[in-house]
Amino acid sequence: MLLNVNNLNCRRGPKLVIANVSMSVSAGECIILRGPNGSGKTTLLRYLAGLCDSADIKTYDNSIAYSGHLDGVKSTLTVRENLNFWAGIYATNSMNKVIEKLNLEYLSNNLAGELSAGQKRRLGLARMLISNAKVWLMDEPTASLDKSTSALIFEAINSHCKNDGAAIISTHIDLDIPKSRVLNMEDFAVKGKDDDDPFLKGSYQ
Amino acid sequence: MKSLILRDLRLALRSGGGFALTLSFFLIVVMMVPFGVGANLDLLARIAPGVLWIGALLSCLLSLDRIFQLDWEDGTLEALATSPIPLSGIATAKATAHWIITGLPITIAAIPLGYLLNLETESYIWLVASLSIGTPALSFIGAFGAAITVGIKRGGLLLSLLVLPLYIPTLMLGAQCVTIGSEAPIKLLALVAAISLLCIALIPFACAIALRANLK
Amino acid sequence: MSLWEYANPAKFMALSARILPYLAIASSCLLLAGLFWGFFLTPADYKQGSTVKIIFLHVPTALMAINAWLMMLVTSLVWLIRRHHVSALVAKAAAPIGITMTLIAIATGAIWGKPMWGTYWAWDPRLTSFMILLVFYFGYLALWEAIEDKDTAADLTSILCIVGSIFALLSRYAVNFWSQGLHQGASLSLDKEQHVDNVFYLPLLVCIVGIILLFLTLVLIRTRTEIRSRRLMALRMRGI
Repeated sequence: MLLNVNNLNCRRGPKLVIANVSMSVSAGECIILRGPNGSGKTTLLRYLAGLCDSADIKTYDNSIAYSGHLDGVKSTLTVRENLNFWAGIYATNSMNKVIEKLNLEYLSNNLAGELSAGQKRRLGLARMLISNAKVWLMDEPTASLDKSTSALIFEAINSHCKNDGAAIISTHIDLDIPKSRVLNMEDFAVKGKDDDDPFLKGSYQ
Repeated sequence: MKSLILRDLRLALRSGGGFALTLSFFLIVVMMVPFGVGANLDLLARIAPGVLWIGALLSCLLSLDRIFQLDWEDGTLEALATSPIPLSGIATAKATAHWIITGLPITIAAIPLGYLLNLETESYIWLVASLSIGTPALSFIGAFGAAITVGIKRGGLLLSLLVLPLYIPTLMLGAQCVTIGSEAPIKLLALVAAISLLCIALIPFACAIALRANLK
Repeated sequence: MSLWEYANPAKFMALSARILPYLAIASSCLLLAGLFWGFFLTPADYKQGSTVKIIFLHVPTALMAINAWLMMLVTSLVWLIRRHHVSALVAKAAAPIGITMTLIAIATGAIWGKPMWGTYWAWDPRLTSFMILLVFYFGYLALWEAIEDKDTAADLTSILCIVGSIFALLSRYAVNFWSQGLHQGASLSLDKEQHVDNVFYLPLLVCIVGIILLFLTLVLIRTRTEIRSRRLMALRMRGI
């Protein structure tokens, strides 16, 4: 097992957005978060990534990589410099392999600011690969991408899962990833439970 | 952490705003003083330590909002916060990089600028010593201010309002140390060093709390 | 039954509503009595003349200016450690009152300083420390105003208050290296021999207690306002 969530409640600001999320993720699994805008997909992923403190999430051997709406790409550095930086942060040496795998070789000396949106996303994906993390958390990895680039990203997720990794992804597109599970955010919607705000309890004198 | 420092240095060099902007600002601030108070060399010599220290402090302030703001805007900070490096380590690396980009060049540039202000000859050694020991405190305190205001749009003014009061003890002791005729400059220097060490030891944890609150 | 139960907003509102009237009456009685006693029933000092009577405003407000910050420090720590919402709001409520106290202390000090030292303002260590305290207060309040999400604001202002306290303390001692003072030593202390004559001491004590109670009254009123406004916000959020 790579990740275990037990009765997690998530807030966005003061507001409770989703309640009672329980799930466990083991190697090879891919979980897809589905739900309309505002249903708490991003919030859940941020909680899982450890950006919001919660005692209800258990991760094992510190192996999580998170990619949000932004890629964390520095436009004044070259592609290789960007990736070299992340390799240093995650203390791994898989950079050259990743550049080869994602076919970034021909771009590696270009400044990241010169890349197109799709190429930037590929660079963001490369960071996930470099991290060597078991669990990938990806928030809308295919937003504003065309079919072929999306396919490339799904393929990377697919092969990551095959290599004993796991992924939790929020997306609107139908994926063809074997062994994927769909988690419907509406199951965790807060119904009449929003009174847990401490300022709403009791009557004031 | 090393790669974070190296990357920040590289970014500062590449965007051009790094060394050059800070140093030109330092020059301009110091230059304004004779324009304001007159070119009386005795007067300038007397106020030179304070002017140089205040100039250093303001030049340092100028680049503070870049410490975390740029990484915040492009999502790098989120990714860093979820990486194996703890947030306090990230803050330490960023403050160190900031010191190399601003504190170090300021210390060196203070020597010729001191000459412009007719600084007493015996004071140069204390000027360089107090600036090189005191500027790390300025960078670390500044990183704390930057961590607090990172989520606020156009937080530059607020950042100055928060950081400048925190600079007061360093400024008082640092400038006093350079002033000729002050008793026991070595004692003052030791106190400046104490403040710097305190900042280096504790501020990263305060930064981590502030960053975590902002990333929530 | 523990103290922490009053950190629950509803409980706090109930309790504060009950004790507020008593606090308000007690503080106004004590202050009126103490100031009247001090201003009209004490003799003029043989050296300082009647100007000495400003002590009955100056010393209590100066004490509260610092104590208000200490209270913010304690409540900030409570918020960071135990996450009681009322605690963070008390810290927020205390700040403007602390600013007022600091301003009154500086103003009365200036009025007193003119006949005594021949100047309204001097860069004396204590005066300077109060000026520094004032800018710390301004920064703290400005940060509260600048942040939209109230819990984040509480987190950030708390950590600022803690770090600020350390640096305010450092400044307090750094000023001693930087300037020699005009101020007399401590005017009130229990362990040393008394610096202030008994004639002044007793009414001064009454004024100090009066100001402390006034401060508590004002903090309670402001905290109640803050709690109500947070409830309004929560109700509006529920509508979305």
